[in-house]
Amino acid sequence: MNKFLIAAVLATAGALSTQAQAKLQVFACEPEWGSLVQELAGDKIDVDVATSALQDVHQIEAKPSLIAKLRRADLTVCDGAELEVGWLPMLIQQSGNQKIASGAGSFMAASQIVTLEKPTQLDRANGDVHPEGNPHVQMDPYRMLTIAKALDARLAQLDPANAAAYQQRFADFSTRWNAAIKRWTAKAAPLKGRNIVVHHNSWIYLTTWLGMHEIGSLEPKPGVPPTSAHLASLIDITKSSHTLAIVRAAYQDPKASNWLSEHSGVTAVSLPFTVGGDAQSKDLFGLYDSTIDKLLALTKSPSP
Amino acid sequence: MRRSLLTVCVMFALAAPVFAATPPTQKKIQQLEARIKALEANAAAMQKQTADALAALQATRAEVEQIKAHQDTAIAAAQTAPAESAAIAAAPPQTAPAGANGNAFNPAMSVVLNGAYAHGSLDPDRYYRAGFALGGGSGPPAQGLSIAESEVALSANIDEKFYGQLILTAQNDKSQDHIGVENAFIETTALPNGFGVRAGRFFSDIGYLNSHHAHTDNFYDRPLAYQAFLGSQYGDDGVQLRWLAPTPIFLEFGAEAFAGNNFPSGGAAHSGVGVYTGFVHAGGDIGDDTSWLAGLSTLHSKAKGAEDGFSGDSKLYLADGTLKWAPNGNLKDGGVTLRGEYFVDDRNGLYTAPAELQLGQSAFDQTWNGQRRGGYLEAVYRINRTWEAGYRYDKLWADRTGPYASEFDPSRNSVELSWLNSEFSLLRLQFSRDVPNPFNVDNILTLQYQVALGAHGAHAF
Repeated sequence: MNKFLIAAVLATAGALSTQAQAKLQVFACEPEWGSLVQELAGDKIDVDVATSALQDVHQIEAKPSLIAKLRRADLTVCDGAELEVGWLPMLIQQSGNQKIASGAGSFMAASQIVTLEKPTQLDRANGDVHPEGNPHVQMDPYRMLTIAKALDARLAQLDPANAAAYQQRFADFSTRWNAAIKRWTAKAAPLKGRNIVVHHNSWIYLTTWLGMHEIGSLEPKPGVPPTSAHLASLIDITKSSHTLAIVRAAYQDPKASNWLSEHSGVTAVSLPFTVGGDAQSKDLFGLYDSTIDKLLALTKSPSP
Repeated sequence: MRRSLLTVCVMFALAAPVFAATPPTQKKIQQLEARIKALEANAAAMQKQTADALAALQATRAEVEQIKAHQDTAIAAAQTAPAESAAIAAAPPQTAPAGANGNAFNPAMSVVLNGAYAHGSLDPDRYYRAGFALGGGSGPPAQGLSIAESEVALSANIDEKFYGQLILTAQNDKSQDHIGVENAFIETTALPNGFGVRAGRFFSDIGYLNSHHAHTDNFYDRPLAYQAFLGSQYGDDGVQLRWLAPTPIFLEFGAEAFAGNNFPSGGAAHSGVGVYTGFVHAGGDIGDDTSWLAGLSTLHSKAKGAEDGFSGDSKLYLADGTLKWAPNGNLKDGGVTLRGEYFVDDRNGLYTAPAELQLGQSAFDQTWNGQRRGGYLEAVYRINRTWEAGYRYDKLWADRTGPYASEFDPSRNSVELSWLNSEFSLLRLQFSRDVPNPFNVDNILTLQYQVALGAHGAHAF
């Protein structure tokens, strides 16, 4: 039995080690980072995206398939700020891949910028708080640009042979991105000063950028499911604040936001939140286009 | 400014000894002058560091200004963008590590608290399991109120090559507190090509449940097969070699050697290495909704006077399978977990009755050659974020001959309902109908709490 096992191990090892891997293997924890790294590297790399826009990235199962993907990764690109704390450390440990455990092979987006909502008090009585601040940074285009620049440098560091290509692609991306920021900011002008109620506190970067206000959250505390008592108190706030919308991410259960919508008369809207969250969000540009379009559409409909 | 302050301080410090000016004091003064010089140099270096940091900050600012220059100044520049850019620029991109006090490198610490009320309809003293020995984590749950296993876990990277973990458990057994070392191991983190080595005390990676800590279980107690063949969970002092194959599906091979102090082995007559294991685990996805994990394992032991009176060669074979289904894989919002494990236990040796059963002078030995089997199937339905319900069927197949000969095969049915307040706390109500022998039925009701404090642990699949 043991001899057979050893023979099988060696045979598999031999067969597989002959496959040389030329391209940089990137493991992106969330679709937005898969999309960003694709913008910056194109076909110079292979990307595995661990999660989809229809999954709650706080609560991913440490699936065996993800261990297999991490085993071959040269670089992980993730949100960081403990967003993936419930699954990524376990996966990295099980993958035994020292390249991505820390150092150059581990790229955390939230570590490249200043996060918002850094808690002053760490107490789980306040829900699932993230000590390093709000990790949902992907909806601020300026922060995205800073992150893109740092990620580009990381790609060049890990794959110097293609450094020139990465540099050129970043230059191209930042030109297009800056042009898009101009467009989005102009287009989103009517959203400034408007109030929204959110499902989970994942929109602070978007609202800060566009000058919108988050006046309430369906989750009384992050990660704590909505309770009926809390929802009842939210009805008044939502009704009385000339609220534009009740916003949830594509992956969130629509029940709570629809319930509040029925009782307050304010429209509930599902925003893509990340690449793949709706049909239009095929890449980062589409994600921003779709998000702003969906919010703008609500400013045109008669509000209660 | 800083320099003069320093000098004043030093002068003050010097003042007292100067009154008693003796030759050694002269020497001291010289030493102190040398120290002042060193401190001044230090201060200068710090000034330079500050200047460097300022320069870096300015560079970052300039960079952001550049980015800002790209954007249309006409659009809302005065309203949102400047605030935003300033916010990004307010600190260097990499967060500086927290102050270098002695606690900065403390290991991650987490505490699991676990307690229960259990009531069984059968008197525990009358409980016996036909065909199988009890003891060592096997048998009905303790009656009444108790803390089940509560534990403290400490873990951290030791350096760039090793990771370490210590788990201490507190248990109450027959009104006696026991502090136990559940895990104390080191593990390599930097071996190439998917290899990993672990050494110390740890739970064997055979089967599915064995390597999982009890607080991640879906039921209050372990399946009968785990109780009967592994004393609930086999952990021991040993070494492990693992290899993760570079395949598109998850494929892991491993082998372990253990001291063999614990059931199903026992005694130290095997020069300290009495248990060998081997295992293969494979897993993958079926579409977006379904994930699976399966394994084959074996445990070979040379036992000498094990808890069940066995001495000789025992071979245990396990097959395990897990299937998780949830729309888009969001299992926490609703989904189903199916799991089953099957055990075959082969004995070839001698049975010696425990001392208290030996009547008269002569030890009453008999040969023990036989096979017993066991298994369980469980299904857990996650209703939503807060509720979960599960059913488990347990079965053991006894040996018809040998020292534990029985014509009866024990079985058990269990249902559970869990209320999960958050990721960190749950209450569980469980009812089990246990039929351990042909003459008794034990209806067991348990109400359990289970919480996790401290470091946010990540759970394996």
